[in-house]
Formats: sequence, C-alpha cells, structure tokens
Amino acid sequence: MNREDFPMLEQDIVYFDNGATTLKPKCVIDKTVEYYEKYGASAHRGDYDIAYKVDQEYENTRELVRDFIHAKSLEEIIFTAGSTEGMNLIASGFFKNLLEENDEVLITKSEHASNVLPWFSLANTNGIKIGYIPLDDNHYVTLENVKKAITPNTKVISLAYITNVIGDIRPIKEITEYAHQHNIFVVLDAAQSIGHIKTNVQDLDIDFMSFSAHKMCGPTGVGVLYGKKELLENVEPLILGGGMNESFDNEQEVYYKELPARLEAGTPNIAGVIAFGEAIKYLDAIGMEKIADYEKNLRKYLVDKLIMIPHLDIINLESDSGIVSFNVNGIFSQDVAYYLNKYNICVRAGSHCAKILKKEVGVTNTIRVSLYFYNTVEEIDMLVELLSDKDKILKEML
Amino acid sequence: MDENVRREIILDHYQNPKNREAVFDERYKKVNTNNESCIDNLDLYILMEEGKIKDIKFQGEACAISTSSTSIMITNLIGKTIAEALEYIENFKAMVNEEPYDEELLKEGIVYNEIYKQSNRKTCALLPYVGIEKVLRDYQE
Repeated sequence: MNREDFPMLEQDIVYFDNGATTLKPKCVIDKTVEYYEKYGASAHRGDYDIAYKVDQEYENTRELVRDFIHAKSLEEIIFTAGSTEGMNLIASGFFKNLLEENDEVLITKSEHASNVLPWFSLANTNGIKIGYIPLDDNHYVTLENVKKAITPNTKVISLAYITNVIGDIRPIKEITEYAHQHNIFVVLDAAQSIGHIKTNVQDLDIDFMSFSAHKMCGPTGVGVLYGKKELLENVEPLILGGGMNESFDNEQEVYYKELPARLEAGTPNIAGVIAFGEAIKYLDAIGMEKIADYEKNLRKYLVDKLIMIPHLDIINLESDSGIVSFNVNGIFSQDVAYYLNKYNICVRAGSHCAKILKKEVGVTNTIRVSLYFYNTVEEIDMLVELLSDKDKILKEML
Repeated sequence: MDENVRREIILDHYQNPKNREAVFDERYKKVNTNNESCIDNLDLYILMEEGKIKDIKFQGEACAISTSSTSIMITNLIGKTIAEALEYIENFKAMVNEEPYDEELLKEGIVYNEIYKQSNRKTCALLPYVGIEKVLRDYQE
C-alpha cells in the first residue's frame, strides 16, 4: 500500500531490504529540502525569525516522538545519530558508572552487534559478566527462559524488541515486570520494531530504549535515545561542547544544561530531525496497527509459498514480523542475492551483524527478506518464481 | 571463451572444490582472507618444502566466485616455487584489473577474464590471492 508516496519505487526495483533501511516517502524528502531552502539556520542559537522557526520545527519533532512512543515527558527524548549511538550512550554513559565487577548483563545470541559490543566493552573495563538467555527451539526468547537465566548478580537485561534475523517479537512487557521485581534494569533495542509495531514505553515500562529514524521512513543519521527521566538525569554526557553546557569558567566550574540539551552536544542533524517529524506524521496517518497487520499477512503469504520450494531451508518459519531468513540448499547466500539482483530484487545476504547467532542456529550466513507496508503480493510472487528454479539460479548467479 | 564452458568450469570448482579440507598438521601455515565489503571468509593452509609449495588446503564459507577461484588457484600453485607462484599471482591480478597478462600461464584461471565487467565481484575472484600472496612474501623475506 501507499507505493505512490515513494519516489524510489518509480524505478523498476523490488525492495526487500527494509531491515537494513526503509525507503523514504516524498514528504520526508521534501521536508529535508524545505529546511535547507526556507529556514536553514542553526537550532537553539539565534534570535532572528528563521532561527526561531528552526527551533519550533526541531522541538516539534521531539513532541511527535514523545507521542509516538508514549513517553511521559519531552526530557525523556534525546536525539542521537542513530540506534547504535543510543545503545553506546546507555552502556557507557550510564551503566559504566553503575556496574561493578561480576555484575551481570543478560543478552541473547541473536542480538545485533550494537546490543553486544557495548556490553563486551564493559566486560573489559568494569569486569562485568555477559550472560545469555537461552533461545527456545524457534530461537525465541520466553519469559520462562529469562527467569532461568537470571542470577543474583543480574543487573541488566538488554534485548531487541524484534531481532533482525529471526524477527521474533519478544514478550518485553512480561520480562520487564519480572525484571523490575528483581531490581533489574531493562534496555530495549527497538531498531527493528519501531517502524513495524506499536511502541508504548510506559506500558512496557522499559528503562531505556534506542532506535533509528531511517528504519521508519525517516532520514539516515538520526535516532532517539529514550530513558525514564530519573535515569536519564544520571547519564553522563560522553560528548561535551556547545549546546550542552550552561556555563564554564575553569575546569572546576562547569555547569551542564538540563535534559534533553545536556545529552545533545554540538550542532545536531537539524534537517534530519525535522524531516524525521514528517516520517512520524506519515506513519501515524497510516496507523501502526494497520502496518503491523499488513506485514503479518504479507509475511504469511511469503512463507506459505517459500515452504513449497523443496530446495529452501527457512530459518524462521514462525515469526510475527516481516523478516524471513532462508538459504537455498548448496548455494551460498551471496550468490543468490547476486542472482536476484539481476532481476532488480534487493535482498540482504550475510550474518546481518548478528555474528554470535551462528552458534545458535548453526548457519553463518542467510538470505534475508524484510518486508514493509509498500511491498506487495505481486513482488513476492516474482521472488518465489525466481527462487523456485534451482537450475536457473545456478545458471544465472555467476 | 565460450560462456557455457566458463560457467561449467566455475560451477564445477564451486560445487566440487579441490583441496577443501580440514588441516590439523602444524607444518601448514594458516592465513585468513576475507572481504570487508562482503561475507566471504576463507582460511588457507600452506605447506612449503624446499622453497616450493608442497600443498595448499582451504576451508570456510564463500561465494561461487571466491570458492571456485580458490580451488583453481590452489590447483595451479601446488608444485611452484615462490617466484613462479608470485608470477602467477601477478598475472592473475593483471587480468582481473584489465592489464596485460600471459594467458598461457593462468591455465583455468582465465575463466575470470571477464570478471572486470562485474566490479563488485572482482574482489571475490581476488580473495584467495590476497591471503596467499601475504604468506609467500613473508617466506620470500
């Protein structure tokens, strides 16, 4: 649906790599241009009309984000460069000052690198331990397994809402409820979920969350760190400079601004943030529930067809998101991606930044199809037809 | 070269690669070779004896071009002296980069003589050469 809104789709391509980034609707592109053409001044600095307009637009996006994720207050919304930066800020700006030797952070083997490496770094600097919540036979996280994995030393559980290879939607609300009863913080990597399912941070009761704008029809280079206000107050700014300080005279007398400015040093990605606001309005207008339903049905259509192809191994048969990972028997995933590319079909091949997952599923590399609301059954039919003929793949992949 | 013959040779070396096996012999020198831009990742095991390449084995996951190129390279390098091997490697690189090269010398390696047309696959064909050249230059020193 809504294909006419996406200039990229005017080309003859089938775009199935939405887990990497989504396409941008015209309104988001136009808004970026509007900023540079109509009021291209800096934010939070000037006393002239167009600078004031920039502030209005910039802060308007903060309100749109707050509303979109149902946060309590605007101070809980910090603009970052993307999901990765947010995850690093949570680990290094907050937990690095809190966690001590042998404290434990629980993750899973199916997390993305940005929810693994920041914690590995704390293992080296703080001596924390990394624990893994076992995945079930479908590679899912269950509350039961979370309960089993928790030890008296567990201080943090950090999980993707939806994982980028398996695509399972984790039972975050139940996990958070249980974790909080045991004084454990919950961090949510929402990169893969934010543009696909409804997010309500108060209902989930998570402590921190990070996501990127570009995976939800917004521009690249913008993300959001959400944190409960009382926790964000204690996040140490890792980037210091203009825009985040109140005053300074010498090294003893440095005063930082209140949230959110304190954590947004330097001139931000103003055009990106402003255009991001447009992306949120765009998704809101369609409705997140409608998007989730559409994707779920489309995925079912895709999987039902893929199952019929005998030379395919599907990694995640069941899953409520639009992600399907599979391999063609005896053919390297990248060769299949090259083959599909000859028909202008864009899919991802590789480990998808989930490099510790291979131990869990026994496969290092896969082809990943990740759907979004502008994908269609006709596109899926085309993919399925091309995958059905293994001889054709072998013949044309070189 | 006929398209079908080319495809057949590449596919044969991809589906039935020669010298793809595990090595536990400590006399073999191991080198990893991988592409930053893609997901190919190969380990090469080289056994030198009296200045000659006695044996090479490889393991790992890689695409059809990388895998077949490795299989063909190994077949052609076994038995060569370091100087001969480096000459082969230089010729192969020249071919892939559209520079003058000696066709005779490359034997089956010439199946990649049109790989330059797919610039994103050039690195796949060259992948095993990066690793092996590193080892041979080390030996030379």
